[in-house]
Amino acid sequence: MTERIIIAGFGGQGVMTMGKLLAEAVMCSDRQVAFIPSYGAEVRGGTANCSVVLSDETIHYPFLAEADTLIVLNQPSYDRFRSRLRPEGLLVLNSSMAATDERIEAGAGRAVLLRIPATEAANDMGNVRVANMIMLGAYAAARGGVTVETVVGILQAELTGARAHLVDVNRRAFLKGQALAKA
Amino acid sequence: MSSSRILTSGNEAAGEAAARAGCRLYFGYPITPQNELTAYMAKRMPEVGGVFIQAESELAAISMCYGAAATGGRVMTSSSSPGISLKMEGISYAAGAELPVVIINVMRGGPGLGNIEPAQGDYFQATKGGGHGDYRLIVLAPWGPQEFADMTGEAFELADFYRIPVMVLADGLVGQMMEPVVFRDPPRRELPPKDWALTGAEGRAARRVVSFYIGAGVLAEHCRKLRAKYDRIESCETRWAETDVTGADLALVAYGTSARVCMEAARLARQEGMKLGLIRPQTLWPFPKAVVRRRAEEGMPMLVVEMSQGQMVEDVRLAVEGRAPVGFVGRGGGGAPAIAEILAAARALRKKA
Repeated sequence: MTERIIIAGFGGQGVMTMGKLLAEAVMCSDRQVAFIPSYGAEVRGGTANCSVVLSDETIHYPFLAEADTLIVLNQPSYDRFRSRLRPEGLLVLNSSMAATDERIEAGAGRAVLLRIPATEAANDMGNVRVANMIMLGAYAAARGGVTVETVVGILQAELTGARAHLVDVNRRAFLKGQALAKA
Repeated sequence: MSSSRILTSGNEAAGEAAARAGCRLYFGYPITPQNELTAYMAKRMPEVGGVFIQAESELAAISMCYGAAATGGRVMTSSSSPGISLKMEGISYAAGAELPVVIINVMRGGPGLGNIEPAQGDYFQATKGGGHGDYRLIVLAPWGPQEFADMTGEAFELADFYRIPVMVLADGLVGQMMEPVVFRDPPRRELPPKDWALTGAEGRAARRVVSFYIGAGVLAEHCRKLRAKYDRIESCETRWAETDVTGADLALVAYGTSARVCMEAARLARQEGMKLGLIRPQTLWPFPKAVVRRRAEEGMPMLVVEMSQGQMVEDVRLAVEGRAPVGFVGRGGGGAPAIAEILAAARALRKKA
């Protein structure tokens, strides 16, 4: 099984961090993974995107014409990448900052749609920057393969010293995303 | 860093592999898409007691490499296409002086300043000279972060073993993408002593590391010596990987990212009953002409796929010498060739054969 994922938002929403974290979590489960950061003359505040390919087999082809999963954190990303999602793919949408186009989503081959008010929920938790972790938690609830224990383990290794206290809010954000996806 | 799998970019993997191979002298100047490598060395070299210098230009960086390599250290520089062009004079000098310098080129679109997309337009430059004069570099071509690390580590062994500059020719995708990487020791060689290095002449005769041979016939003799060395490298260090070539309808020939695209094309081709093998050169110089020739003698048509408008295809044709049809699919100006184009060309070539 191979899953091709696009993650997109605006610069500063933690799109790259989320993609890399997802890739590392998958690597910990001994599956194959390739992570491609967006690559271009990016501008702060502009759009940011990355792709992650997960597979049980060796990944030769790291590109994706078509995504099995699209995770979007703002409206321009939805507008730009919606057409790349394959029919019946999974769309995880930050509904605080993006609305779907009903003409597209109601049509044939519509996506499995998860509307997650991630920015709102992150603000409620007192840290808007964990919206990406809420989205990751929601993705994990839908697709599996990524556990809170794995994610916390990776964060503990990366967030040390003065940043160590951030592990907890990220853990809670991941669990919040899982809960919102299941609600 | 532990020896377990870590998720890292090709650029950073190459930097770490260099440090592990004993590189303690890095000189470079930033350029996309290899900046993670320069940044990694800026952090890593001081940690291992080495030297990192961000030079004022690419010319300065390669000249620092010349000087540092002349003292016997393990030396590296890295850049991307336009920056490599700037280094060419120094590379020719290092080749002339037989200095073991490791040079990494993470190719981007060209000519000129081009763009920052992954590309393979520097094949000619890397394998056919680039700088002036009659010289060769060993050119290694990784197709992902793991191989980028492995080849960078081994580049130092090759450079010291043969006393030759070695280039690792990656492309922007191989540099930028992240995959799991395990750092492992390169096969160690019994290395000749650096009895030519400039280490201070107290108590011994002075040495000179030059690429200037002005006396009558001296340079000709030097070039004969280089030629003998190149012949030895061609005999002993040519590397390639074959996938499903035996019994295939045709063989794709590609390196780096193009080879990964070819693997996907071959998978899709199987679904329509077409069998595509892959010959993937891992050394571009020396080019694996013997295997290409052998397959051509079997009548195997070849389809060369490159992220350029056609460079390695010339080496394939030279090796094939008309024994089998050779097709080409390429894309200039950066970016990967389209799979649909590869499949269409494969169908056409198979029919012709």
